[in-house]
Amino acid sequence: MPKDHGIGASSKRREDVRFLTGTGNYTDDINVYGQAYVAFVRSDVAHGRIKSVDTAEAAAMPGVLRVFTGSDFEGVGSIPCGWQVTDRHGEPMKEPAHPVLAHGKVRHVGDPIAAVVAETLQEARDAAEAVMADIEELPAVVDMKAAVASSDTLVHDDIGTNLCYDWGFVEDNREAVDKAISEAAHVTTLELVNNRLVANPMEPRVAVGSYEAAGDMSTLYTTSQNPHVIRLLMGAFVLGIPEHKLRVVAPDVGGGFGTKIFHYAEEAFCTFAARALKRPVKWTSTRSEAFMSDAHGRDHVTKIELALDKDHNFTALRTETYANMGAYLSTFAPSVPTWLHGTLMAGNYKTPLIYVNVKAVFTNTVPVDAYRGAGRPEATFQLERVVDKAARELGVDPIELRRKNFITEFPYATPVAVEYDTGDYNATMDKLIEIADLANFETRRKESEGRGKLRGLGINSYIEACGIAPSNLVGQLGARAGLYESATVRVNATGSISVMTGSHSHGQGHETAFPQVVAEMLGIPEDMVEIVHGDTANTPMGMGTYGSRSLAVGGSAMVRATEKIINKAKKIAAHLLEASEADIELKDGAFSVAGTDKSVAWGDVTLAAYVPHNYPLEDIEPGLEETAFYDPSNFTYPSGAYCCEVEVDPDTGKVDVVAFAAADDFGNVVNPMIVEGQVHGGVAQGIGQALLENCAYDETGQLLSASYMDYAMPRADNVPMVTVDHSCQTPCTHNPLGVKGCGEAGAIGSPPAVINAVIDALQSGGHTHVTHIDMPATPNRVWAAMQG
Amino acid sequence: MTEVTMNVNGRKVTRSVRGNELLVEFLREQLRLTGTHVGCDTSQCGACCVHVNGELVKACTMFAAEADGAEVATIEGQANADGSLNVIQQAFQDYHGLQCGFCTPGMVMSAASLLKDNPKPTEEEIRHHLQGNICRCTGYHNIVRAIMAASGQETPAVAAE
Amino acid sequence: MYAFEIERPTSVADAVSALSADEAQPLGGGQTLIPTLKQRLAMPSKLVSLAGIEEMKYVRRDGDVLVIGGGTTHGRIAREAAEHFPGLAALAGKIGDPAVRNRGTIGGSIANNDPSACYPSAAMACGATIVTNSREIAADDYFQGMFTTALEEGEIVTEVRFPIPEKSAYMKFEQIASRFPLVGVFVAKFSDRVGVGVTGASNDGVFRWTEAEEALAGNFSADALSGVTAPPASDMIADLHGTAEYRAHLIPVMTRRGVAAAA
Repeated sequence: MPKDHGIGASSKRREDVRFLTGTGNYTDDINVYGQAYVAFVRSDVAHGRIKSVDTAEAAAMPGVLRVFTGSDFEGVGSIPCGWQVTDRHGEPMKEPAHPVLAHGKVRHVGDPIAAVVAETLQEARDAAEAVMADIEELPAVVDMKAAVASSDTLVHDDIGTNLCYDWGFVEDNREAVDKAISEAAHVTTLELVNNRLVANPMEPRVAVGSYEAAGDMSTLYTTSQNPHVIRLLMGAFVLGIPEHKLRVVAPDVGGGFGTKIFHYAEEAFCTFAARALKRPVKWTSTRSEAFMSDAHGRDHVTKIELALDKDHNFTALRTETYANMGAYLSTFAPSVPTWLHGTLMAGNYKTPLIYVNVKAVFTNTVPVDAYRGAGRPEATFQLERVVDKAARELGVDPIELRRKNFITEFPYATPVAVEYDTGDYNATMDKLIEIADLANFETRRKESEGRGKLRGLGINSYIEACGIAPSNLVGQLGARAGLYESATVRVNATGSISVMTGSHSHGQGHETAFPQVVAEMLGIPEDMVEIVHGDTANTPMGMGTYGSRSLAVGGSAMVRATEKIINKAKKIAAHLLEASEADIELKDGAFSVAGTDKSVAWGDVTLAAYVPHNYPLEDIEPGLEETAFYDPSNFTYPSGAYCCEVEVDPDTGKVDVVAFAAADDFGNVVNPMIVEGQVHGGVAQGIGQALLENCAYDETGQLLSASYMDYAMPRADNVPMVTVDHSCQTPCTHNPLGVKGCGEAGAIGSPPAVINAVIDALQSGGHTHVTHIDMPATPNRVWAAMQG
Repeated sequence: MTEVTMNVNGRKVTRSVRGNELLVEFLREQLRLTGTHVGCDTSQCGACCVHVNGELVKACTMFAAEADGAEVATIEGQANADGSLNVIQQAFQDYHGLQCGFCTPGMVMSAASLLKDNPKPTEEEIRHHLQGNICRCTGYHNIVRAIMAASGQETPAVAAE
Repeated sequence: MYAFEIERPTSVADAVSALSADEAQPLGGGQTLIPTLKQRLAMPSKLVSLAGIEEMKYVRRDGDVLVIGGGTTHGRIAREAAEHFPGLAALAGKIGDPAVRNRGTIGGSIANNDPSACYPSAAMACGATIVTNSREIAADDYFQGMFTTALEEGEIVTEVRFPIPEKSAYMKFEQIASRFPLVGVFVAKFSDRVGVGVTGASNDGVFRWTEAEEALAGNFSADALSGVTAPPASDMIADLHGTAEYRAHLIPVMTRRGVAAAA
């Protein structure tokens, strides 16, 4: 019998009511009295020297308050990067400046050159067209290998190279890996592309800056996954505003998927301009602007080699990856191809020797940073593709090859520096075989053949790492931030509770799931607990929501704070019950004395805390409010097995995903309904990456996929119903909830399943020469592959 | 500026509009009905879907002046008279048919127009109908189920329920 | 968008008169024009909305001809043409999405002549007549290449007349993002001839694949196409979504499927 409340219940989402009635409060719904509007003048060339920017005509146009250019930001900080990677030789990465408005050069199509602030949006846009930027166009570097080889075309002249870093991991393994590969019975090699994507949350980014001169107080409303991080980065590093004079609010946010983690120039601009003009300043991105200003994702080019012995044990793995940074280092960009990618290259397998080389490259393209999965999809895709290719080369069953090499004993320290605490990869594979009905696949294949279609089956395993931690370790790895999370549990006098969390919900359902945890711990109804988030003014310093960390880290902070509440409430109850604190038990919302029928209700204890008439004032303070900061001791390691079935139209190359199943191990699950929704959405994004989505530049750096006319987003008829299962649960051993995180799994586990299925379909259809197709496997690409 | 009069969610409104003022701008900025969203500029995402004279339209691809004299229905007018969620809205909540909520008003308006013409749509018909409404969060799985449920049909079985 | 005024005439005559103003531009359903205006790619002084002209909204059968008012929406054509000309109704029902079909009009589509528009393939295959406020133009003469038609400044498509074929089908192979046809083929079988109109594929816009028409005229079956060579790739569009060779390959594939599906 499923639970109907508390941990494990599919409680309906309370936030849905406002979203379903059109009464949500997204950033673009916020208008501050007297606000002016910004229109950015953006570069239409990928690379060029700014010779002059003539703003006179624009400044004289109706309604224009001021036209800003890069020179207005001299003395203002650079948009900071939050992670410093150290290269193979012990040198820090190259870290070029990133001005709020371009200065000296433009470095990608969309790079902001000037900004017009006017009374109306129409006036701002009209005047933006009148800004005359004289730009001497320079050759652009777009291809990563060409960029590294180039010494005369540099994205950043001052750093003398387009190579941001050359990272080796684990450098000490390098020779042993080379030797193992040279001596292997079999080596499978694959060169592949992990296609550049645009996250495309449906809500475009918005920033509203305002300034109250009397109190010297700035406020920024922004579409962010982590308002405290924005306050820190923008306040401390760009604009020089101390935290107590800067409030950042991220209200309802319409999806993030990583791309709303980062601190963007437009946020700093609106905050800066509001101070300069003493007027609120609003910017709302158009979708076209989003394509050339939101950080992109993925964009790796990889060569991977897997060595096997004669018994098909994996003996070594070597990868060489070029990772596109784009024109500037976005907030967490350097960490994605390194610590979020190299550390995952063991996957689910006990490969003893691994060496990962990553060359991060500057190009004249939009900056690239974390997008749902961030490094882990790139790792999983290459690994699960090369394992599949190895199985085909060796003529063995791809599931059996995986099982043979699965890690089965935990904890397991990988050769790439992480320690998996728990997992059961055979269990999720067994569950997958069951829920995907693999036993009857051949029957389905024949049925497809009868309709002239090639049916393919793709299987893969995945492991990911969530809740990146602990802070002291990630600090050694180059992080310039802590990776804890915070929670304040404020129990009100009548027993209702407000939980202030540094996590941020932009679709994940925190307002519903978090109360399930607190209410269960206290034995009170969920509707007595309210979640407060998204405003630096009323939440403790927290790091926000990304990397599937909210429940594992933010939830754990909430548990710790609630434990403190319980401890204090027990003291109060002991006083009220005239009993020893050690004898007090909390159950079903009441405190009782063990072994007696004496009890006091939750509400009586909370009231006593705030009306402390009968209260041990000499021993404890009045009030009932506790804060906890939780810093995990390790990552969590969700894992699972995915299966995709496709049908390929042999005449056109069109691929239809006809079935998809996901067997995940997320550890304990708080709200199964929400967890399943996360997997559905992640899988759809993974199918999108595999078959549809392609952010493409031409050789001059022009963005070819600059709108939904050319960037294919999964629509309702592109994806099937997804069969999901999360009954295999090996709880995390080091957080109090035993949870692992579920937000990214779908996007990590699904691309290789889709491509493995496409290859299987083509091979079974006689196209045995097709051993790989790069994503997205568009009809044209699949057809071309079939032609040989 | 042109003066327009329309009936929005049962309320008659008269306002001056610019020639290039889109219906969605009129709704959001002049009437403060901010439930209708703008997610793209190429008429594809469907976050701005409303009903004009009973027909589903994209409010970002129609001028306010063109709606002069029209009946306009937006998400804000969809709940039951007592304020409770209507059958489609309730199904979206029951079946977790929304996550971030940004596409949701358009999805609900689109679903309503489908069910008006086709009270018992198949899964395929629902998916076909939704091709002008992009959701980035849900993978559509639970949106399709919600619409099936709202039409009084069995929802496709899903494992682990 | 740049600033402009908008006018809403209720008759063709008033619309023509309004369009005589400098830099005035007709606005059909706006499903293509409004996104274009948002990108500031057009700068009209005045838009003349044709949406209020009731006399341009109809679908009626006149003997063996289906007559459609230029202001009729795709959605209405999908519903009302189904009984008389299912191939055309199916074409209309696959344009864009339901909301787009409730606004976009056949006149607007025909007047714009986007190389990936659907209707031009049917108009060419059927030998339709494009009727404007001032004249009648045969489809073969009307479509003159990408975004180019025989229309004069200020001329409005008031009606399109489609000879109704015995059998027809439209096969659209969609570009995965926009869902416009990467290649769209309309096959129309009449008692005395077969028409094959191809959209989406060619650098010259919609065209008739006359070799296929001839082969199918004697034998209306997919097999009849086996000896017919595909139109040359050198004429085809190449872009992010498909090479010229791929588009050329798809034309016979879609034509064969159209023949097989024709009803």
